[in-house]
Amino acid sequence: MKAADFAYEKPDNLNAALELLAREDCDMQVLAGGQSLMPMMNFRLAQPELLVDLNGVSELSFIEEQPETITIGAMTRYANLAASDVIKEHVPLFQMALPHIAHSAVRNRGTIGGSTALADPAAEMPALLLALEATITVVSVGGAREIPANDFFLGLYETALQDGEIIKSIAIKKAKPQNRFGFYELARRHGDYAMAGVAIASTSIDPVCDLRIALFSVSDKAHRLPHAELAFEGENLDDTEARDAAFQELDDFDFRGDLNADGDTKRHLARVVLTRALETMMP
Amino acid sequence: MTGPTHIFDQPNAYIGRSVERPDAQRLVQGRGQYVDDLQLPRMVHAAFVRSPYAHAKITDIDTRAAEQAPGIIAVFRGSDFEDYVTPYVGTLTHLQGLRSPPQMPLAVDAVRWQGEPVVMVVAQNRALAEDACALVEIEFEPLEAVCDAETALEPNTPIIHSAYDNNRAWERLVDAGDVDTEFNRGDVTVVDHVFYFARHTGVTLEARASVVEFNPSDNTLIYHYSGQAPHMMQAILSKILSLPEENIRIIARDVGGSFGIKIHLYGDDLATAVAARILNRPVKYVADRNESFVSDIHARDHRVKGRMAVTSDGKITALEIDDLTGIGPYSMYPRSSGIECNQVLNLTGAPYAIDNYRAKGTIVFQNKNMMCQYRAVGHPIAMAVADGLLESAAHEIGMDVVEIRRRNLFKDNSYPTSSAAGMKFDDLSHQQALEKLVEFMDYDSLRKDQEAARQRGVYRGIGLVSMVEVTNPSPMFYGIGGAPISAQDGATVRLDASGALHVSSSITEQGQGTNTIIAQVAAGVFGVNIDRVKVTTGDTATTPYGGGTWASRGAGIGGEAVLLAANALKEQVLDVAGTILQCARESLSIDNGVVIDAQTGAERISLGELGRLVYYRGNELPSDVSPELVATRHYRVTDFPFVFTNGAMAAHVEVDQDTGFVKILDFWAVEDCGRVINPKLVDEQIRGGVVQGIGGAFYEECVYSEDGQMLNASMADYLVPMAAEMPDIHIAHIETPTKTSVLGAKGAGEAGTGGAPAALLNAVNDALRPLNASIYQMPMTPQRILKALGAV
Repeated sequence: MKAADFAYEKPDNLNAALELLAREDCDMQVLAGGQSLMPMMNFRLAQPELLVDLNGVSELSFIEEQPETITIGAMTRYANLAASDVIKEHVPLFQMALPHIAHSAVRNRGTIGGSTALADPAAEMPALLLALEATITVVSVGGAREIPANDFFLGLYETALQDGEIIKSIAIKKAKPQNRFGFYELARRHGDYAMAGVAIASTSIDPVCDLRIALFSVSDKAHRLPHAELAFEGENLDDTEARDAAFQELDDFDFRGDLNADGDTKRHLARVVLTRALETMMP
Repeated sequence: MTGPTHIFDQPNAYIGRSVERPDAQRLVQGRGQYVDDLQLPRMVHAAFVRSPYAHAKITDIDTRAAEQAPGIIAVFRGSDFEDYVTPYVGTLTHLQGLRSPPQMPLAVDAVRWQGEPVVMVVAQNRALAEDACALVEIEFEPLEAVCDAETALEPNTPIIHSAYDNNRAWERLVDAGDVDTEFNRGDVTVVDHVFYFARHTGVTLEARASVVEFNPSDNTLIYHYSGQAPHMMQAILSKILSLPEENIRIIARDVGGSFGIKIHLYGDDLATAVAARILNRPVKYVADRNESFVSDIHARDHRVKGRMAVTSDGKITALEIDDLTGIGPYSMYPRSSGIECNQVLNLTGAPYAIDNYRAKGTIVFQNKNMMCQYRAVGHPIAMAVADGLLESAAHEIGMDVVEIRRRNLFKDNSYPTSSAAGMKFDDLSHQQALEKLVEFMDYDSLRKDQEAARQRGVYRGIGLVSMVEVTNPSPMFYGIGGAPISAQDGATVRLDASGALHVSSSITEQGQGTNTIIAQVAAGVFGVNIDRVKVTTGDTATTPYGGGTWASRGAGIGGEAVLLAANALKEQVLDVAGTILQCARESLSIDNGVVIDAQTGAERISLGELGRLVYYRGNELPSDVSPELVATRHYRVTDFPFVFTNGAMAAHVEVDQDTGFVKILDFWAVEDCGRVINPKLVDEQIRGGVVQGIGGAFYEECVYSEDGQMLNASMADYLVPMAAEMPDIHIAHIETPTKTSVLGAKGAGEAGTGGAPAALLNAVNDALRPLNASIYQMPMTPQRILKALGAV
């Protein structure tokens, strides 16, 4: 299929991009890596009047190390993240998850900002950001604001981004030696969207302190499991009461099925991925 | 008789060697010539408005806005084609009782599947055509869709075709021996299962594509075709478009995979030809992936109830199956949609000596995309049902699955023989293949490993299949049923003035290496270096008449024609050489491009010199010598309806009982395709086939909603098997040449697809057995396995 006709702008700096995004006279879409948007446009499921291509905005592509955090520009591609020594050292959860995100060809184009802004319920990135309690900086002609990941993902393909805003960067706290991370997903073929997946981060595990569990590909969006997190606080990762509390939370969770797994299967697999991810984190 | 051994044993023979593909460089460098690569002067592009409903009346079509859109050349509805198209009916007379209403390229009064083409838009380019498609307004009156084959014949189900009294398309019963007595005799163990095989499709790398040129000055039509049967297309287009057959030229250049998908007549392709004729300019249509999923034929979609009776010593006494399949709203033209069900009835249990066999087949119409022949037609169903029941029975009576096969497979010295369904077998090697497989896979060690793994809570399974494959079909397949489909093939071999060979053949290349094996046979039999052989296939204007490449017939039938033609040319060349050299032709031979003394090997005259002498300096020849340095031969299978092959395969899997995921640890195939012409190509055919079998067993499924919407018509949602999940596929051969030809080659193209699902099904059930679970539904998805385990 061929995309419907659209106007195309490729600004070469952020201000110019924001000026375009401030236009209210047309229906527009922002092109980042295009790994979801281009197929949607070719299927004519998306028919923007104007396409604003951010691939010329080089100032959005960076990985920056600060004393406490790593800041990643929205147009940074998965392949850049995977190749980065800074990410390797300071964001180990990304390192665990990146090989599961689609295939090389997609990772060469797909961006962290594009995936975050799309908020596909099956994608890994929203769950990673939830588990890492990342901070998302969004900008518009009116200025910038910072949104905690917990407040960013609102629902199915729905985020806190407002008209005229794009993601500028994402800040993640650098991992400390006592931090532990876990990631597990079940995909029918390597690189597919998962049937169920989980990303976990913990300040420490002996005993558990500040555990963050984020499920993905099970519902309308990536979800934290607050009761389970609380149940593990001060316990060990193999604590059966805490695990039962986590399973209890899953019993009440609003699972939504897809072509590969109905809600009950999602629930079952959520237990499995949670159990297995926690096992990988155990000393 | 296996032919004169010297053809295959001489030092520069190519038959039996893994010769590199001469066209590989061209293809991997992106210099292939596919239909979509064609850019013709004045060419325009087609797109189609397809039905969003599975079943609806068309009450109005308004194309005015579309006709006014930029770049639009024409907009056609079904009724616009009525003066140009003779409706076509997809039935074969030998499938007695098979019925199907006449079809037209576009829907006229009603739509009967989601994806059926309704309006054709022709524009300056494809994007403009799609823009205008969005402007076509069609009013539909939705009707209740008939989707579930199991309820299609119930009295309260709507009837899809008002000309018929119900939705039945065909029924067949095979009844051999006395099945009821055997099942009821009391001293046998009876196992029964219901098998489900989902719809899937053959996802070709190159989508269906047509470029059609019509020249009104001489009333000729050129159809650039991505497919497998050029002469069939020529004949059916002639009939449907009322053009003389000789005025239609079909050209198939490179074809990016076909698997049976591209061997049928599709409404959109036919509409492209009609539009070219009406517009007097070339029209291109290339299916996009979404269109492919809703319009390329689907396959399988069978529900088979099966039961088998075995004695305590493992002898199968009776087998009974009841196959139900839905084929969509029509039987596909021209091969019909009856063949797969027919094959299931013919082939279930065919490797085994079973006296009492009853098989019922029912084909129903439904409001889903059409079903037809895809790689290994019927085989995966027949093999999975018979061998699924057999392994189940083995476990019931406590017998090893290898041993029960030994006791039931036809003995290797029992040929010629026939199966209960009437299939004639010769030159098969079931017992030898099984023993070779057992040794090849180290069966005993795997069983020990399986036991040890179970102690660790790891569930591994081993599953086998013994199989037959229908190859080298005779006219009994289609020709007898009235279809214009040739069962014979021809080859012309010509020596040019430089000493090079030019071979043209009616079989076709769609990626499997046909052109390579043609060159091998010609070079080896005639006696030139393979670099000096040029092969032409896929053009009705320049090749002999023949059937093309399907049903694993290319090498066996087309290869034999090449062998016969190369031999005939060799005789002609030796005649001329004898005259030139003034010696007895019997004393000469040809080796590596040179006529030699057969006894001493001494060089007498090069083929280049001989060619130049004949073509340029004919004055040096006696005036009564008129050399013909070209020979054409044709070949068909005469003594058998089909030349069956056999094989034995095994799968080793590990089932994760928590997730329902299956890891295929290893796969083995022992195949007897007669004489192997190119071992590497045969191995890759079998591997590719196994991969498609793995697709059917674990991944591929056209998922439909209850109202007939295909829900996963994209490459993101329709799961084809991918490299990361594929096991090592180990191949071994037994070579029992067929007596029906000198070459002795049988087909190999479909064995993997036909056999792998059965072995995988058995392996998964073997793994699940200690967990008291079983599954007889494909694809065996994680969710289905979890449900079988009672985990969800």
